[in-house]
Amino acid sequence: MTNARKQAFHRGVAAPLLQPNIDTDAIIPSREIRRVSKEGLGDALFSGWRYRSADNREPEPGFVLNQPRYREASILLAGDNFGCGSSREHAVWALKDFGVKVILAPSFGGIFFNNCALNGILAIELEEDAIARLARWVQADPGGNTLEIDLAARRIRWREGKEMHFDIEPARRGLLLKGLDSIAATLRQESAIRAFEEKDRKRRPWVYEFPDCQEPAP
Amino acid sequence: MPATLLDKLWSLHEIADLGGRDSLIHIDRVFLHERTGSIALRGLEQEGRSVRAPRRVFCTMDHIVDTRPGRGDISLVPHGREFIEATRHSAKNAGIHLFDIDDSRQGIVHVVAAENGIVLPGTSAVCPDSHTCTLGALGALAWGIGSTEAEHALATSTLRVSRPRSMRVNFLGETAPNVSAKDMILHLIASFGSRAGRGYAVEFAGSAIRALGMGGRFTLCNMAVEMGAFTGMIAPDERTIAYVRDTPFAPRGPLAQQAQTHWRELRSDEGAEFDLELEIDCAQIAPLVTWGTNPEQLADINGVVPEPEALEDRQKTLAARQALAYMDLRPGTPLRSIRIDAAFIGSCTNNRIDDLRDAANYLRGKKIVPWVQALCVPGSSATRRQAEAEGLDEIFLAAGFEWREAGCSLCFHAGGESFGGRRVISSTNRNFQGRQGPGARTHLGSPLTVAASACRGYISTAEES
Repeated sequence: MTNARKQAFHRGVAAPLLQPNIDTDAIIPSREIRRVSKEGLGDALFSGWRYRSADNREPEPGFVLNQPRYREASILLAGDNFGCGSSREHAVWALKDFGVKVILAPSFGGIFFNNCALNGILAIELEEDAIARLARWVQADPGGNTLEIDLAARRIRWREGKEMHFDIEPARRGLLLKGLDSIAATLRQESAIRAFEEKDRKRRPWVYEFPDCQEPAP
Repeated sequence: MPATLLDKLWSLHEIADLGGRDSLIHIDRVFLHERTGSIALRGLEQEGRSVRAPRRVFCTMDHIVDTRPGRGDISLVPHGREFIEATRHSAKNAGIHLFDIDDSRQGIVHVVAAENGIVLPGTSAVCPDSHTCTLGALGALAWGIGSTEAEHALATSTLRVSRPRSMRVNFLGETAPNVSAKDMILHLIASFGSRAGRGYAVEFAGSAIRALGMGGRFTLCNMAVEMGAFTGMIAPDERTIAYVRDTPFAPRGPLAQQAQTHWRELRSDEGAEFDLELEIDCAQIAPLVTWGTNPEQLADINGVVPEPEALEDRQKTLAARQALAYMDLRPGTPLRSIRIDAAFIGSCTNNRIDDLRDAANYLRGKKIVPWVQALCVPGSSATRRQAEAEGLDEIFLAAGFEWREAGCSLCFHAGGESFGGRRVISSTNRNFQGRQGPGARTHLGSPLTVAASACRGYISTAEES
């Protein structure tokens, strides 16, 4: 879990992608996962919608992120259940590589939500009405109407003097603010883990000792 | 105080309370596959870290490996071989168990984890794959994670987890004979929506669950994630113990006795309180098929495609309009009048021996229509051998189905084989846009529904062809 990066404050253009249930297959189709790697996936983001055909990469002008006003978007205003479906972390790596820093949605797919925090993307749950209000304001002038997301203060500033608060679990907020390496943090608990396993081994020995099965002869 | 099954599983694995709802949870088993597992193993190598308990980590080839007869390392998936070779290399370096392509135990990760007794009742198990919840059917605490969390589980044998809320769904009464476990879970999703389970561990209980065989139980728990749940689970009973008892990695001798005593305690106590309880009257469940691009967009197979404007909320209306445009369907169209181009029996949802028997039973002496391409892809190499021993392969082949090697196959399109542009009736779990190929239109249903539809060439139930 070394991918988390500190992110306390962000200002940027927000793009509306308000349809519900945008799944991780839509965020990055399986056919786009071509390397055993977390890098360079931004080009594949939303490829089924963003390009006229998967092969020639000719932009589909109707798709929101292809419109000049949203091309630099770093914030997504999304619909309910964003990131549902497959656990593929490539969906988050593609968003990150494209430059997305913050996603606002009424709800998220559970595994996707965790993957975001572990990669330094701030996923915020906000009511549908609030997202619709932000979308209307941004749509009027995306170049001028940027959003400011302040994680330290848990605040979204969306126009001069207008702001709204958001909730976030303390552990998730801490991870995003501090950019913690949680593997290193957990490795420091090795003695507690070992003590647990010693006790557990007496209670459930079959979890730790089992037939060392080889492949049966054909 | 009476405890829920979730309470018991949680306290069995809790190493430390991390404050709030978070705990440090012991992970008994990590499972990997060549698609996302390869990346987790490589990520760990690049950080200079090692797998803490390699003997408790297992890996199989399922997502990219070819399923056409006579397969090897070459996959139609672009760069597929790179994933296969990287997985083999990293698995060997890490010293974990690998069920390679030609291993007799190879198959879809969630199928082989169960049939080999690697995941047992009461164990905690994770895999960088969202359908890991399938294994909750054994009474295990099993859930899907990302690759980064998989690195954490590999390096530490633990995960930092936010405790889910508890939900129990009671399936009461009996289902009609042509209603399968697939229809039960689709009915639940249709009734409460694809977000109803968000933040919950869902225990499936009630008379209809006790009556279900293990195959059906796996199907039910498999799709818990399609209602957004953290996981699904079913308390182990004598049927579970009989299933587990003779599996290769299960405890033997006196340990087996001790384990079984422990497993029998893994159930929600009388009077245990849940954060949410739901009831389903099984008499109300009919065979279901999806018409849209999310598993909640469902209708009774004898029903029609709904009118988006008639749905209860704005988000659903919006989603339905987009789904119907993609699916090229008009409101009011009877589902049984929808012509299909392809039929697929497979995936971690529905390709165990029970599913294959169900479909073969129906297909015996029948033929599919000439315009349909039909595939049957067993869930594991062991399932395939079992089916062949029972002569099921001959029934599928005689009916006009292709009979494949085990793997995930066309449940999704990874750039190789594709249902692109075609309309498919599929026993899988996701009908997302483009999931089975660019422009592919997927209708989800039970294996029996897939078999019946392949024989009529239109979406059908078992009674009508």
